[in-house]
Amino acid sequence: MEPIVVAKNLTKSYTKGLRALDNVSLKVNQGKVLVVMGPSGSGKSTLIRTFNGLETFDKGELNILGIKVDSTHDERKIQKIRRRVGMVFQQFNLFPHLSILENITLAPVHVQKRRQIEAEEYGMYLLSQMGIDSHAKKYPSQLSGGEQQRVAIARALALKPELLLFDEPTSALDPERINEVLDAMRRLAEQGMTMVVVTHEIGFAKDVSDQVLFMDSGKVIETSPPNIFFSNAKHERSRKFLNQLDKH
Amino acid sequence: MKINQKIFLQFGICIIFFGLIGILINNLTINLIRTGLGFNFSWLFKPASFALAEHPLPYTSSDSYAWALFIGWLNSLKVIVSSLILATLLGTLIGFARTGKNSLLGLISAGYITTIRQTPLLLQLMFWYFVGFLGLKDNMFIQIKNIFNISNQGIEFSGLIFSSEFLALLLGLSIFTSAYIAEVIRGGILSVGRGQWEAFRSLGLSERKGLIRIILPQALPAIIPGLTSQYLNLAKNSTLAIAVGYSDIYAINDTIINQTGRAIECFIILLVSFLLLNLLITNTMEIINRLILKSRKNI
Ligand SMILES: Nc1ncnc2c1ncn2[C@@H]1O[C@H](COP(=O)(O)OP(=O)(O)OP(=O)(O)O)[C@@H](O)[C@H]1O
Ligand SMILES: [Mg+2]
Repeated sequence: MEPIVVAKNLTKSYTKGLRALDNVSLKVNQGKVLVVMGPSGSGKSTLIRTFNGLETFDKGELNILGIKVDSTHDERKIQKIRRRVGMVFQQFNLFPHLSILENITLAPVHVQKRRQIEAEEYGMYLLSQMGIDSHAKKYPSQLSGGEQQRVAIARALALKPELLLFDEPTSALDPERINEVLDAMRRLAEQGMTMVVVTHEIGFAKDVSDQVLFMDSGKVIETSPPNIFFSNAKHERSRKFLNQLDKH
Repeated sequence: MKINQKIFLQFGICIIFFGLIGILINNLTINLIRTGLGFNFSWLFKPASFALAEHPLPYTSSDSYAWALFIGWLNSLKVIVSSLILATLLGTLIGFARTGKNSLLGLISAGYITTIRQTPLLLQLMFWYFVGFLGLKDNMFIQIKNIFNISNQGIEFSGLIFSSEFLALLLGLSIFTSAYIAEVIRGGILSVGRGQWEAFRSLGLSERKGLIRIILPQALPAIIPGLTSQYLNLAKNSTLAIAVGYSDIYAINDTIINQTGRAIECFIILLVSFLLLNLLITNTMEIINRLILKSRKNI
C-alpha cells in the first residue's frame, strides 16, 4: 500500500544560510503514528506545516496521499491536500466569533458543500466522541483549554481526513487538562487514524507512536521505534535531549 | 494642588471663558448694527431668485431661500452618501489587495495609497473636473449600447443623468477617502492573529472565503471607529464642492451670503446642517457597532 506521507530531502531556509529544514526525509504508512521531537527551534513546526502547505520549502519533494508537491507550491494541489488532511494547533485557533458547532460545520458546508443539517449531525457525533456535545451552542471563550482543544480536534475531523497533523497540542494546557486531550488522541490512533504528532509527552509517545523522529537544527538525527528511542537512543544528541526532558 | 488653588484656577478659567464669549457677542452686535440688518430669519421665506443647476426636487428661482438651502442639503447628502458607499467599496478592495498574498497587487495598492494621500484633495477634485470630464470635447460622446453616454455634460445612464460637477466630486471624494479607508481596513485585518489564517487555510477554505467569513468579522471592531472618522472627514471635505461648481449646502450658503449679507444667520444654518449630517453618520455607525458587539457578546 502507498504510504500516506513521503518526504524526500526537504530543505528550507527562512533567512539565508540558516536552514530550518535540512535534507529531511521520512515516511509514514497508513494507520501509523509518527511522533516528532526535538529542541525549540529545531524545525518541527516548519516540517509538519509543509505537509499541508502552510509552509513552502526550497528543495526536495513531498508526496501526501499520492499528491506530489515540490518547491513550486502548486496552490491547486495544496488545496486538494488540505481537504484530506486535518491540523490541530498549539493555540487551538478556534474561530471566536462562531459557536462550537459552527466551528465544526464551517468546512464541511463551505468546502465540501455538504448540507447544513447533515454537517450538524456529523458535527454533533464528533462532539459526543470528544465528550463535549453539551457545549455545542457555546462559544470558544466559554470553554476550558482542554475542551477547546478537543473542539479543535473535532473540527479537524469534520472533513473526514486521512491524515491528522498535531503541533504540540497539549503545550498550552494546564497539566490537569493534558490527559483529556491525549486520551482523545489515543482513541483516534486506536481507530487507525494516521497521525504526525509534534509533542514532548513521553508517555503518549511510548504508548501510541510507531516511530519517533528526533530533529535538531533542521536535520533528522534519528528515527527509531519508541521502545528503542526512549531506552537506548542511537545518538548522543538524542540521549542528551531526553536527559534534559526528564529533568523538567 | 491645594483645594484653594484649584478653586482659584477654575475661577480664572471661567472668567477667561466668559470674557471671550462676551467679546464675541459684542462684536456680533456691533456688526449687526453696522449692517443695519438685525438678526432674524424672516428673509428665509423670500424668493431666492437664483437658479440651481442641480436639484433632486423641483426648484425654480421664485422658490424661497429656505427651499434653496434644503435643496443644497439634499445635494450634499446625495454626494456624501454615494461617495461614502463608493469609497468604502474601493477602500475595502484596496485594503484586501494591500494585505493579500499577491505581491504585485500589494505593490500597486501601496502606490495608490501613497499617491492619493500625498496630493491635496482640492488638486484631485480639479483634476477630475477639468481633466476627467471637461477634458472631453463638446462633440465627443462615448456611447455604450445606448444605455451609457459619457460626454462633458456628465454621464447619462439609462435615463438617469449625472452632471460632470457631481461626478467629479463623487470620484474625487471617493478616491481620496478610499486610500484612507484602505489603511483602516488593513489595520483591522492585521489586528487578527496569524493563527486564524492558518486555521481557515488548513481547513481548505479559499483565501477569499476565509477573509470574508473568518478574518473580516473579527477585524470589524477595530475597523468601525476608523471608518467613522473617515466618513466624518468625507462629509466635511464635501464642502470643496464649491471648487467644481456643485451646488451643495456650502455653495448655496455662499451665494445667499453674497446676495443678502446675512452671514451670521447663514453660518448658523451651515453649522446646524453639518451637525445634523455628522450626527446622522455617527449614530448610524454607532448602531452598526452595537449590532456587531451584540452578535459577538460571547467572545
Ligand atoms: N516565519 C518565520 N520567519 C523566520 N524564521 C522562522 C519563521 N518560523 C520559524 N523560523 C525559524 O526556523 C527555525 C525552526 O522553527 P520551528 O518553529 O519550525 O521550530 P520548532 O522546532 O517548532 O520550535 P518550537 O519547539 O519552539 O515550536 C527556527 O530557527 C525559527 O527561528
Ligand atoms: Mg513549533
